[in-house]
Amino acid sequence: MMDGDIRNNVYDDGSRDQLTDEQRIRNFNINFGPQHPAAHGVLRMVLELDGEVVERADPHIGLLHRGTEKLMESRTYLQNLPYFDRLDYVAPMNQEHAWCLAIERLTGTVVPRRGQLIRVLYSEIGRILNHLLNVTTQAMDVGALTPPLWGFEAREELMVFYERACGARLHSAYFRPGGVHQDLPPKLLDDIEEFCGRFPKLLDDIEGLLTENRIFKQRNVDICIISEEEIQQWGYSGVMVRGSGLAWDLRRAQPYECYDEFDFQIPIGKNGDCYDRYLCRMAEMRESTKIVLQCIEKLRMPENQGDVLARGKLTPPKRSDMKTSMESLIHHFKLYTEGFHVPAGEVYAAVEAPKGEFGVYLVADGTNKPYRAKIRAPGYLHLQSMDHVAKGHMLADVSAIIGTMDIVFGEVDR
Amino acid sequence: MDDTALQELAAHIELKRPDDVVSTEIAFGELTVTITAQSAASFVEFLRDDSSCLFSNLVDITAVDWPERPQRFDVVWHFLSMYRNQRIRVKAAIREEDMVPSITDIHPSANWFEREIFDMFGILFSGHPDLRRLLTDYGFRGHPLRKDFPTTGYVEVRYDEVLKRVVYEPVKLTQEYRQFDFLSPWEGAKYILPGDEKGEAK
Repeated sequence: MMDGDIRNNVYDDGSRDQLTDEQRIRNFNINFGPQHPAAHGVLRMVLELDGEVVERADPHIGLLHRGTEKLMESRTYLQNLPYFDRLDYVAPMNQEHAWCLAIERLTGTVVPRRGQLIRVLYSEIGRILNHLLNVTTQAMDVGALTPPLWGFEAREELMVFYERACGARLHSAYFRPGGVHQDLPPKLLDDIEEFCGRFPKLLDDIEGLLTENRIFKQRNVDICIISEEEIQQWGYSGVMVRGSGLAWDLRRAQPYECYDEFDFQIPIGKNGDCYDRYLCRMAEMRESTKIVLQCIEKLRMPENQGDVLARGKLTPPKRSDMKTSMESLIHHFKLYTEGFHVPAGEVYAAVEAPKGEFGVYLVADGTNKPYRAKIRAPGYLHLQSMDHVAKGHMLADVSAIIGTMDIVFGEVDR
Repeated sequence: MDDTALQELAAHIELKRPDDVVSTEIAFGELTVTITAQSAASFVEFLRDDSSCLFSNLVDITAVDWPERPQRFDVVWHFLSMYRNQRIRVKAAIREEDMVPSITDIHPSANWFEREIFDMFGILFSGHPDLRRLLTDYGFRGHPLRKDFPTTGYVEVRYDEVLKRVVYEPVKLTQEYRQFDFLSPWEGAKYILPGDEKGEAK
C-alpha cells in the first residue's frame, strides 16, 4: 500500500510510523526449523525476537521420537542392542557400550581383557568421529565451508574401520553383552595405526583454518558462556563442563572398562564459551588418538590375545563347538530365540560418550526382556537450557550455540 | 565404588531426614533411597545443599509403571555429585491419582524430565511452570509408556492426496503384531500351551 503519505502509514498490528507518534514495536516470533540446516536435525524452535536479539527460545522436540524405550520393553536384551546405534548415530558404539555395561553389571559378567581393549579402541574412534563432525559442522554454521569437507574425509576412513570390524559403517551392533562380537584382523590394527600417524596432521590443518580465523573467533568467542553454577543447575556434562574449566570426565572420575590404565590428558577450557569448547574438542581428538595408539600396542601384546567374548550364558558358543557339541547347539538356538535372562534388579550405567554423560537406567524383572529402560542422553539436558543460554544473544548466535551444544536428534528424541 | 562410603552416606541421610526416608538399599554399588513422594522437593533440596551430600547435578528423572501394585508408579530421580564423586538414586512410589512436587525450582534441568514423565506416564507434577507434552505429537492422546498402552499405538498418520493434508486414522495392521513368547514353557507358563487344550479337558 503505497497510497498517500508514507510517513503516515498504519500497519496491520496497529502500530504507526514514527512521524505521527511513538512507534510501538512488538516482538517478532519466528520458527527456527524443523527444516533449518543449522538445527542439526529436526528441531523446531519458536524464537521470540526483539529486533535481532533473542528474547525467548522454546524448543519443540519429539519430531524424531520413535518410542525406543517402549519398543525395548517388548524385545530381548540382545535385540535391543541395535536401538542404541540409532540414538546418537554420530558415534554409535559409545551408546552400545552403556547398554552392555548395564547388563554386565546386573549379571556380574567380567569382560575378557581383549574385549575390553577393543571396546576402548572403538569408543575412542567414536569420539573422534563425533568431534570431527561437531567441530566442522559448527564451523559451517558460522560460515566456514572447507572444514566439513576435510573432516568428512577422515570420518569416512574411520567408518571403514567400523565396517571392517563389524560389517556396518554406521549401525554396527558390535559391542555385545560380555565383550565384542568378533576379534579384529591384524591388518586392521595396522591400518588404524597408520591412520593415527597422519590424523594429527589433519587436525593441524583444520586448526590452521579455524583457530586464528577472525570470522570464526568473532562468531564464537564470548558466545554462550557457561559458568560452574550453570553446569550444576542445568546438569551439563561432557565438553560443556570441561570447556568451563572443570576437569570432569567419567573416564577418569568413575573409570569403567580399563580406562584407568591409559595415559591421556583431560583438556579443559578457561572461559567456557563456544571457542573454548571448540579448542577442547580439538584437544580431545588428539588425546583420543593417543588412547587408540596405546590400545593397538596393548592389543598386540602376547598376554592380551585370547577370546573377545566372555563365553557363557550371555554369549553365543564358538562356531566350532556347535559342530560337535549338542549342548552348544541348543544354547545357540535358545540364545537367539528366547535370549538370555537377566536377574531382577535395577542399575544405572553411564559412559563418557563424546557428547557427555550417556546413561542407561535398566530395571530388570528376571525375564528375557527389560522391564523398563530409560535412556539418559546428554543432548537432552543441553538443549533444554537453550532458553537460558540463548536469551540476550543475537539470532545468528543461536546456530552457533546449537552447534556447540553438540545436539543430535537421534538421542534427544529417542 | 566401594560400599562403605555409600553406607556412611545412607546412614547420614537417614539420620538427617528420618521422616522422609522410607528405606535405603545398596545394590550393584549404587545407593537407592526410597522416600515419601510428598517430601520429594525438600529432600532433593537437602541432598543438594547438605555439605556431605552435595548432589548438585540432576542426572535423570524417570518413572516405572507397575500396574499390579496399588501404588502404581515409581518416580525415580538420579543425582550426581561432581564434588564428592558420588551418585544416588531416589525413589518414591505413588498412586495413579497422586501428584508429585516438582523440583524445577531446585534444579531447573528437571523441567523437561518432568514434562516427559507427564507425557509418557500421565504423572502430574505440582508447581511445574509449564507442564505440556514434550515428545509426542501435538494433540496426542494417551500415555505411551504405561504398560496398558499398546506398542502400536491407536492412530497412524498418512498424507491424503485428496484432502491435501496429513490425516489421522485408527491403526490398521496388514499383519498381526508379532509378539513371540520365547519363555520356556516348562518354566511356569501360566496359560494352556497350543495343542494341550485336549489334555486339560480330560
